[in-house]
Amino acid sequence: MSTAETPALRSPLHEEHVSLGATMTEFAGWDMPLRYSGDVAEHTAVRTAAGLYDLSHMGELMVTGPDAAAALDYALVGHMSRMRLWAAKYTMMCDANGGIVDDLVVYRRDWDHFMVVANASNRIEVARELAARFDAGGFDAAVSDETAALALIAVQGPAAAAIVGSLCAAGEAEPAGLKYYSAANLLLEGGHHAFVARTGYTGEDGFELFVGADVAADVWRSALAAGASHGLIPCGLASRDSLRLEAGMPLYGHELSADTTPFDAGLGRVVAFEGPAVVLSSSQPGAAAPGAGLSDQVDPRAVSVERGAFVGREALARVADQAPGKVLVGLVGDGRRSPRAGYAVTDEDGRQVGIVTSGIPSPTLGQPIAMAYVPPTLAEVGTEVGIDVRGRREPMRVVALPFYKRQA
Amino acid sequence: MAEIPDGLLYSEEHEWVRGDVSPGATVTVGITEYAAEALGDVVYVEPPSVGDEVRAGDVCGELESTKAVSELYSPVTGTVTEVNGQLENAPDMVNSDAYGDGWIFKVELSEGNEDLLDADAYGEKTE
Repeated sequence: MSTAETPALRSPLHEEHVSLGATMTEFAGWDMPLRYSGDVAEHTAVRTAAGLYDLSHMGELMVTGPDAAAALDYALVGHMSRMRLWAAKYTMMCDANGGIVDDLVVYRRDWDHFMVVANASNRIEVARELAARFDAGGFDAAVSDETAALALIAVQGPAAAAIVGSLCAAGEAEPAGLKYYSAANLLLEGGHHAFVARTGYTGEDGFELFVGADVAADVWRSALAAGASHGLIPCGLASRDSLRLEAGMPLYGHELSADTTPFDAGLGRVVAFEGPAVVLSSSQPGAAAPGAGLSDQVDPRAVSVERGAFVGREALARVADQAPGKVLVGLVGDGRRSPRAGYAVTDEDGRQVGIVTSGIPSPTLGQPIAMAYVPPTLAEVGTEVGIDVRGRREPMRVVALPFYKRQA
Repeated sequence: MAEIPDGLLYSEEHEWVRGDVSPGATVTVGITEYAAEALGDVVYVEPPSVGDEVRAGDVCGELESTKAVSELYSPVTGTVTEVNGQLENAPDMVNSDAYGDGWIFKVELSEGNEDLLDADAYGEKTE
């Protein structure tokens, strides 16, 4: 029901979704698959076998230049210059008040080349902020929005390693050898190059394949064919949301916002105030860059400096040691009616004391689950609260996050 | 494409009605395949209770999927005489057999309803 004047953006895989009969939905300005077969079947496939996702709406922002690492150290709250080559890192961009601009996954593709993956809804603002912050800090680094040139295809679920392994060309490194939150350039059958990361947003093992938009359909079809015998099915954004919520993962616009600091969200660990940074010395350019692979050696041009200023540092330092005003908790109910985002958390007298940020009937647990911001006094595991579910108070209790954790 | 069988009547809120809609008659009510598809997998149905007085166009229950919650509107005015107890344990019948085993409740009409749509008119609404 889009009333936007600009037409929705389309993934390079749009025709594939149409031919598979997907129900499409408008999401952050993109026309993306909501579901193919059914939300619960897709959710269950990822928990028990594998699911195939088109995530091409996510923003891929390439940060390059001699100062790329130092520039990101300044622009983001994490310590990007300490990343090993081919590592992935979950981090955030905050504003000067410590409010979250976006949560991000950053991949180090070379010593002077990072890929910042932003939420679709924040892509343009993150790109603009990165450029502005690099400029303000006087860094020799550039931002390039490559979203339109790339497709992001995710294979998620316990069978993901076997499926992605079978997509790779003979003689290529086995994706199963990749550590969680690391990546590699791999050659796929058919001669397509893919940047393959062992990352995801489902609480299961999984891989994300960044490939050129021009070869996306080929890779997508290969994955469907290779995965069929493993139980892989195409999955839409509805199941991605229910999977991430069971896994206790925050979603921007729900658990995270400009009114929320990383500490409010229980993610203060992403903020690095201290520590030595290892940055490239821009006075010694031109040394041989390491090639593709799983190497984690330190670049010979690197120099060590102390973690310095970053946007939001002062505000975040002020709240880091304070008791937070609100705490993000997990809630489980024994009834059947599920809370949804925006519903009021109430105390015994029915007064609103908090707010639900996400809620669903959990397909895996068979109970309603929710994440909510509550006062610290109601945040202890076992605390009973009420949720105003469409006019009726439903009892729920605070549980430790995540709701679902896969067996190791 | 969602099926819209001939011979049923339909409301603007995507309920179907089977039976004669004149006072004193009893009709069966469910949600259309179009509505079920839009909602996704239904995991919980809260129907009205037997004996409830329902009014055409008023909310009388709710349906919940993993993705969303939707209010259930009564397409007719009268007294609820029966609800589909099978949906308690198998709410997904609303998706798999929207016009058959996925029926939700039955109403004995206290007044007629001239506002319901036939299959063609409802089909136009869903295009």
